[in-house]
Amino acid sequence: MTEVHKNKTKKRNNEFKTGCKKGIPICLGYIPVSFTFGLMAVQGGFPPWFPIFISITNLTSAGQFAGLQLILQNSTLVEIGITTFIINIRYMLMSLSLSQKISPTMSFLKRALISYGITDETFAVSSMEKEELSFGYLGGLMIGPIFGWTLGTSLGAFASSLLSDRIQSAMGIALYAMFIALVIPASKYSKKITAVLFLSVFLSCLCTWTPVLNKIPSGWKLIVATLVSAGIGATLFPIEEGQK
Amino acid sequence: MITIKTILAVLIMAIVTYIPRALPLTFFRKKIESPWIRSFLYYVPYAVLGAMIFPAILYSTQSTVAATLGLFIAILLAFLEKNLVVVAMGSIFVVYLCEFFLVR
Repeated sequence: MTEVHKNKTKKRNNEFKTGCKKGIPICLGYIPVSFTFGLMAVQGGFPPWFPIFISITNLTSAGQFAGLQLILQNSTLVEIGITTFIINIRYMLMSLSLSQKISPTMSFLKRALISYGITDETFAVSSMEKEELSFGYLGGLMIGPIFGWTLGTSLGAFASSLLSDRIQSAMGIALYAMFIALVIPASKYSKKITAVLFLSVFLSCLCTWTPVLNKIPSGWKLIVATLVSAGIGATLFPIEEGQK
Repeated sequence: MITIKTILAVLIMAIVTYIPRALPLTFFRKKIESPWIRSFLYYVPYAVLGAMIFPAILYSTQSTVAATLGLFIAILLAFLEKNLVVVAMGSIFVVYLCEFFLVR
């Protein structure tokens, strides 16, 4: 092995390790959520392998919960497909945003693999990184959450008494607290980011609490709030290159 | 309970979840030049997170009062730039304590 080659391998290992470390909190936060999912599915009358099968193939929270509900209600396949698609459209925005942060030379296969692991949380953590995102980093970041999501589902399906109601309830706030921990430090140093953040919070509340607007399906609420607030941000406070 | 239809339903769900994740990332290889779109994408993470946190966080635990307290603790700890895990643990702890007295 040449010196250059060795350094490259070492760098790749380090990126992978950094990713893994950053994935641990997401992994832990996923356990109570997917636990609830496993529990609900078994209570709905499905065998334990079924929610685990859903968790591995879908790897998403809102979409899975809605999908399970619809399957239980014996909805049509078209209805199930459209509803879960609407809930998941937000991933397009995240995927587009990430496409600008990874190396243009990353192969198609690697991109296709990374796509599977894009969740609200892995997106949140990786989009706060300053540097270009490597395959090693993203892979490392996603492994923990994938494991946690599957583990939590299995625990909920097989050992529903493991987490008490109280602990389950309290842990429900974990992922939101994590989002806050990601967003606040950045907004502390940028009034522009703070403005966009408040605007999207305001729009999200508007879409939740005001009559008429609260009829918008929840998958769209997030998209409307995001498009409008990031759009206004881009128009009022454009980012100069190199200013970030 | 498990029929071909339920399995098909799960596979359809998996496909409509994967497609929006994969389309932009796999087919969009060029760097976007437009300053407006670049600015827009710069703000997207904050916009997404803002809308995802609020008001959903208020309903993330059994009691809204406990969740509100948890929210304040999370904001405080995050403002002090504490580690992610510390922020999460802090708010879980506050919610747990609060619900211990409030719920049932």
